[in-house]
This record gives sequence, structure tokens and C-alpha cells, in this order.
Amino acid sequence: MQVENTEFRPKIVAFCCNWCSYAGADLAGSSRLAYPADVKIIRVPCSCRVNPMFILRAFQRGADGVILCGCHPGDCHYTTGNYYTRRRMTLLFSMLDYLGVENGRTRVEWVSAAEGVKFSTTMNEFVAKIHELGENVRLEDLRCKN
Amino acid sequence: MQELITRAKELLADGTVSRVLGWKKGDMGWDPEPAYFEKEEELENFVYNPFCGANLSKYLIAAGKLEGTTLVFLKPCDTYSFNQLIKEHRVKREKTYIIGVGCHGTLKAEKVRDAGIKGIEDAVIDGDTLKVKTIYGAKEMPLMDALLERCKVCKGRTHVIYDELIGAEEGEEAGPVGLAGDRFAKVEELEAMSPKERFAFWQGELSKCIRCNACRNVCPACSCLKCVFDSNQFDSNQKANADTFEEQMFHIIRAFHVAGRCTDCGECSRVCPQGIPLQLLNRKFIKDINTFYGEYQAGADTESRAPLTDFTFEDVEPGIVGERGGGR
Repeated sequence: MQVENTEFRPKIVAFCCNWCSYAGADLAGSSRLAYPADVKIIRVPCSCRVNPMFILRAFQRGADGVILCGCHPGDCHYTTGNYYTRRRMTLLFSMLDYLGVENGRTRVEWVSAAEGVKFSTTMNEFVAKIHELGENVRLEDLRCKN
Repeated sequence: MQELITRAKELLADGTVSRVLGWKKGDMGWDPEPAYFEKEEELENFVYNPFCGANLSKYLIAAGKLEGTTLVFLKPCDTYSFNQLIKEHRVKREKTYIIGVGCHGTLKAEKVRDAGIKGIEDAVIDGDTLKVKTIYGAKEMPLMDALLERCKVCKGRTHVIYDELIGAEEGEEAGPVGLAGDRFAKVEELEAMSPKERFAFWQGELSKCIRCNACRNVCPACSCLKCVFDSNQFDSNQKANADTFEEQMFHIIRAFHVAGRCTDCGECSRVCPQGIPLQLLNRKFIKDINTFYGEYQAGADTESRAPLTDFTFEDVEPGIVGERGGGR
């Protein structure tokens, strides 16, 4: 018999840069630090690789929250990538907020390869925040609903 | 207007320019359209009146590839777009002869017609009245009721680039009727709403979109050879919407692509057949850039770096959006 699961499980997309945050996530894992399985990590070469469209598309395909992690400003593997990310994401998040998408659904966090603890606490906090905001029905593409 | 035609004829005759880019009479008196004139006699159809809202800067990208110099008439707003295109290496300054024309505001033809004025042939702005010449004789209406939204908050009557000025003076700054409103007033009004109200507002406005792409085609900043919206890899490439988010995606991405390059010329709002206030999206980006990274006017010069291709070590963190709250 099929049992329908009615509990809200948020879909969360995390873009992690290859050099810092992805390694940070790896460290969180090998240090046996727990973070919710609702977070789906997508590895990108640099946080600067994240086209604003990626974030919009994640929302369109039904994400409830999108988080972008990169190296701390000044530590970018490509020297300056994350400085550009910082400006872009500030503007994009402000625009999303302007269009009525709650600001809590978007976040940028700088996580270094040594910060496994920070990675896990950030993800726990973010998932808790999304639980609080509930399902993001607004930007969901109807074709992907079922 | 006669002055412009005379000067254009002179320049064509002495070979300084090979063609003139201006506006010609449309099918109706209220819809002049951009046009090239290559012979003196063709200039008989030239018009310049407050209905000539079209920004001619974008045509100069194509004109730059033609043989010889092009004479172009630019209104003050349009010169910003031209400057921006120079910065992006899209137009050739040396192949362009710019005559800066005076502007006292451009009109929304629908508003004039809605005021019950029929058979429009021509219009003249006189102070804060609009004098319309119609086949039924002369009509008048208050200028403020006929202006395009963009002109009500005119950003100044200074030409930032020109070879000569006709009907305008250097350093003119006042708006069309001597007052320039606060162009961010409407943006601030929206920011003060709750997220739900803002969502309802934009859902309502953007749902009117018919994806005619007029905003993209007219925008001087949207001049990429290959546009993302023409890609079949992109979710919004098809003209008919398959879901409710497509037009939002289209407009957010379009606004983002021109962020930091948009001169706020307002062509997008002018051409939208559905009357969507698209300029409000661009203005939000301009306002944010001004707040976060210092005052910046795209097209004011040809040297400075655009805000999104630049950074400082002290830039604010994206978290500021949440801390400030209220969409500010």
C-alpha cells in the first residue's frame, strides 16, 4: 500500500564553489556533522559562475530556497570572482524581494574549506528558516508540480 | 523643425554626411517613425514634434556599418544611450554626426486621443499646455496629462554628447515643464508594501505581457548579437507562455542584463503595447546601485566602469537586503 507523505520537505538548492565551500561540505561530512538531506548541493567552479538565471530557474523548478556558498572575499581561487558575485547577488536578491519573493529564501554565505562546522550550522539555520516560511508556491513551474 | 531640415540638407549637400537618421511622417499624425533619408527631397517627409519619442541611438549600431557618416538627431535622453553604446564599442563616434535637438517632453499618443482629441496632425508644446493641430482645428490640453511617464520625471535637458545643438542650449537642466519629479517615487511606494502586495502588483502587471519582445527590440542596451531569449536552450524562448512564471523570468533576466547599463531612457515602457511599467524594474536596479555602490548614471561618460563589472573590497554583503527589509 502506498502511503502519502504529507510532511513538508523543503527543496533547497545549494550552489557551492569547488575550492572552498564544496570542500567545506566535504569536511562537514567527514567530521560527522549533521545537516539536513533537503539540501541538494550543486558544485560550481566559482561562486561567480552562478548566473542569476540559475537561481531563478531553481525557483521556477520548485525550489523553496536557494543558497549560494563561496570562498570568503579575498580568498577566491580566481582572485576576484566572489567580489563580483557579491555585487550581483545583492542586486538580484533585492530585485526578488521587490517582486515579492521573501528575502529569507535567498542567501549568500562565505564558507572556507576549513569551516565544516560553519557549513553545517548554516545549512541547519537555512533549512529551519525555509520550514518557517513554508512551501514556495509562488515561483513554481506548474509543469514540474507533479 | 524647418531649421533641422535646412541644416540636414546643407550637410547632405556638402558631403559631410551620406545619410540622415531622423523621424518621418507616419500613417497617422501621432505616429512618426524612425527613418533614413538619403536625398534632399526625401527630407520633405521629415518631422520633429513631441510625438517623436523614439530613441534613435540603437539604429546607429547598424548605421556604423554603412559607408560614410550618418547624421542623427538626438534628444537629451538619447545622448546618454549613445554614450553608453560608445563605451560598449557598439557605435562608431567618428562615423556619426550628432545634432542635439531640444526636447520639451514626448507624448503618449493614447493619452491625447483619450482626451477626446481626434484627427491629430501635429502638436506643439507651449509652456505647460499642449497645442494640438487637428483636422477639426486647433485643440489644447494640459501638457502633464499627455506626457509619457518618463518625461514627467525628466532627468535633464543636457546633451552629454553632440556636434552641434539646434533648439537647445548648453547646460539646460530643467525638466520639460521646468520641474523634474523624483523618478524613484513609485519604486519607493512599492518598496513600502508588504511582500504579498508587491507580488500581487507584479503578478498583475507582468501577466499582461504578451511576449512581443518590443521592450527588448527597442532597448538601446539590449543590443547583443545573440540574445539569450532567442536561444532554444532557454525556458522562455517560445513566444507563448507555457506557465505563469515565464514572463516574470523574462523580465527579471532582461532587467538584470541591462542593470548598470540602463540609462533610464524609458523606451521599454513607451513601446509596451500592454502598458506594463517596465521602467520600474530598471529603476529598482538603478536605485540599488546608487544606494550600495554610489551614484551612477549610465551613459553620462564614456570612460567609467559599469557597477557590475567593478567592485571594492568594502562592498556590502548580500545579507543587507534582508537586514534593511521592506524590499529596500
